Amino acid sequence: MTDALLTGGNASTEVPLKRRLRRAERTRQVKALALVLPLLVFLLFTFAGPIAGMLWRAVDDREVRQVLPQTVAALADWDGKDLPDEKAYAALASDIVAARASGTIAIAAKRLNYALNGFRTILTSTARNLKTMPEPGAAKETLGKINAAWRERATWTTIRDASGPITGFYLLAALDLVRNVDGAIVAAPPDQAIYRSLFTRTFIISLSVTALCLILGFPVAYLLATLPPGRSNLLMIFVLLPFWTSLLVRTCAWIVLLQSKGVVNDSLHWLGIIDEPLRLIYNRFGVCVAMTHVLLPFMILPLYSSMKAISPAYMRAAASLGAPPFTAFLRIYLPQTLPGIGAGSLLVFILALGYYITPALVGGAADQMISYFIALYTTETANWGLASALGAVLLLATILLALVYGKLVQGQQVTGGMKN
Amino acid sequence: MEAGMVTPAPALVRFSGIQKTYDGEHLVVKNLDLDIRKGEFITLLGPSGSGKTTTLMMLAGFEVPTHGEIYLSGRPIKNMPPHKRDIGMVFQNYALFPHLTIAENIAFPLSVRKTNKADVEERVGSALRMIKMETLAHRRPGQLSGGQQQRVALARALVFNPQLVLMDEPLGALDKRLREQMQLEIKQLHETMGITVVYVTHDQSEALTMSDRIAVFNDGIVQQIDKPDALYEHPVNSFVAHFIGENNVLAGTVETVDKDYCRVALAAGGTVTARAINISGAGASTSLSVRPERITIIPDGSSSDGPNRLPAKVQNTIYLGDHALAVLDVSGNAEFMVKLQPGAHDSLTHGANVFVTFRPEDCLALDPV
Ligand SMILES: Nc1ncnc2c1ncn2[C@@H]1O[C@H](COP(=O)(O)OP(=O)(O)OP(=O)(O)O)[C@@H](O)[C@H]1O
Ligand SMILES: [Mg+2]
Repeated sequence: MTDALLTGGNASTEVPLKRRLRRAERTRQVKALALVLPLLVFLLFTFAGPIAGMLWRAVDDREVRQVLPQTVAALADWDGKDLPDEKAYAALASDIVAARASGTIAIAAKRLNYALNGFRTILTSTARNLKTMPEPGAAKETLGKINAAWRERATWTTIRDASGPITGFYLLAALDLVRNVDGAIVAAPPDQAIYRSLFTRTFIISLSVTALCLILGFPVAYLLATLPPGRSNLLMIFVLLPFWTSLLVRTCAWIVLLQSKGVVNDSLHWLGIIDEPLRLIYNRFGVCVAMTHVLLPFMILPLYSSMKAISPAYMRAAASLGAPPFTAFLRIYLPQTLPGIGAGSLLVFILALGYYITPALVGGAADQMISYFIALYTTETANWGLASALGAVLLLATILLALVYGKLVQGQQVTGGMKN
Repeated sequence: MEAGMVTPAPALVRFSGIQKTYDGEHLVVKNLDLDIRKGEFITLLGPSGSGKTTTLMMLAGFEVPTHGEIYLSGRPIKNMPPHKRDIGMVFQNYALFPHLTIAENIAFPLSVRKTNKADVEERVGSALRMIKMETLAHRRPGQLSGGQQQRVALARALVFNPQLVLMDEPLGALDKRLREQMQLEIKQLHETMGITVVYVTHDQSEALTMSDRIAVFNDGIVQQIDKPDALYEHPVNSFVAHFIGENNVLAGTVETVDKDYCRVALAAGGTVTARAINISGAGASTSLSVRPERITIIPDGSSSDGPNRLPAKVQNTIYLGDHALAVLDVSGNAEFMVKLQPGAHDSLTHGANVFVTFRPEDCLALDPV
């Protein structure tokens, strides 16, 4: 009888209980959301927003459309096999006359010039020479006379390909690709194909710096994790010291040290080791040295935290089980630092990928990394489309790397055997 | 072990005049001389900080003695690195390698010895069978319960047939029931495998259950080394009497000494006869030690004149299932315990005046506390 009572009681309270649970959970979720909301809004405006904007600019293509609206409309149903018909020429003429009046020719000229060198001249000369609208039916002839380029198919495909509103032009350019006259994607001409080698260079420099940081940082992190607290705190201050001075100051210090009349060369010369000053700066060596110095703490700290979590009992256990010190290190200690090695390497590598100031100051022309060109296109030539496309490719590569890393560490998650 | 007592087996380990200090100021281990025989289960027992772990670490090779020498199978090992000592060790927190599976953990000591693959597999298999964990071979240590981890640590320390196995409070992290079960399992392993075990604990009942011999540590000094029953029946000083088992203390002064026995005048009045164990002579102050189960309560009136008969007042009675305890006030000791048959406590009323009596041979005159 009591059984029946109990089950009956359960059945009648079950539904409200579930609902109450859900309600309780909801309030907790709302509270949690309220706590992170300010940060979320901040990130949205300062991080997600700009990145989305940048990604958008990499495919945004509306300049030509704005300046030459009738031409763009007339070319919409052009098959591209032959020169466009009279209607398109008339539209172009009318657009040019209108654009000249409103002074917007340069906007379209700049964009078209990215795709076809010399387009700026074509457009401005045409605008200058086209005093009035040509007679109806004579637009093709008139424009052809003003500039022979209007009698070439490539000129027109360039306008059509740039008619937006979105384009793959910049992204293709960032990968050393272009569309040819027939719209097929082909390799860019050798004199313009610089970005792939630039990406390769960026990756090689970043990899070298990561490897250097790992080689130099591992022993230091080990020392930090095993020294008694007093001395390890002191050492930690030295590790963190670079964070207290500005990046610029540190980089300039390397110039002072490494230049041909610098401290290092002078000392070596004084010691009689060298006769001629060594070339230590404004080359790959200088870039790697300065970047390794700047990024070393980002390797040491994750390594240190993973090593700190390894109980000394493990090494003792290994020794008592008969493992000589090096074997114990290789088979017991090193595997447990792998998450730290991964995190540190990823951090350093990704930071290095985006490095700008240091290579710009201590590197030669052949050591400039991708961000140098991004900065160049943003500030000097105002080619935001290409700058954004380079940024987008870099971002994509970084995200891929992070995902691969995530997969790798997920596969060998360690929970630790120490229960207490 | 009885055979061992008749023809002493050669010492497997000999601590000779070992001293150890960490800070150069005070000695954590003071002049340790200890022989460990082959095949015996010896326990280092003592309160926290008495130097047990330090002693064990010196034997394992993780600490270097400040003075003296340790011999393993007759050879000095002061300068031998830990991995060459062939000593298996079980740590308090097990120290199972978290990135390796159970099977890999157990295989570790074999693989660093370059044992061939088939051999490793067979021995790991039989080790897993021994701890009844064949099915969990491919789990990671983090996925095991404390007791299971303990078993794996044990198997790992035994699988390479070390000449000596050290265990530092291996059961300290387990709950009471599991502890008792593991105590029996470890004891069984010791008996079937014939290994030599040095075991560290500060739990005296654990030491009494498992050991062939117990070395009682206090303050860096071995107070007494003996078989469990001998430690209980014949403690050499007050520390050992207190540390092993329950114990009642009465303070007094020695009046006369007559061979093995002495008369002691209690501080609160009355005299008793006790065995003279650790006293300097007549006139010395002493602490008498009597075990709770060696005392009889005589209800007031039924007088019989025994040698050791003291007035007492019932304070409290405690029922403990298999037995009961009476707490009495005897000669100024208000926590004088007497062990009773269950049910016998009913007849004692609080505040009743009774007598306690015990035989002279059950009362030990020891150094004053
Ligand atoms: N590495 C060390 N450095 C300095 N002092 C130490 C060190 N290890 C132990 N000591 C000191 O040595 C003394 C004995 O320590 P030990 O670890 O041997 O005690 P124990 O008998 O094992 O105690 P417990 O039962 O608490 O484990 C303690 O006073 C302790 O503070
Ligand atoms: Mg200890």
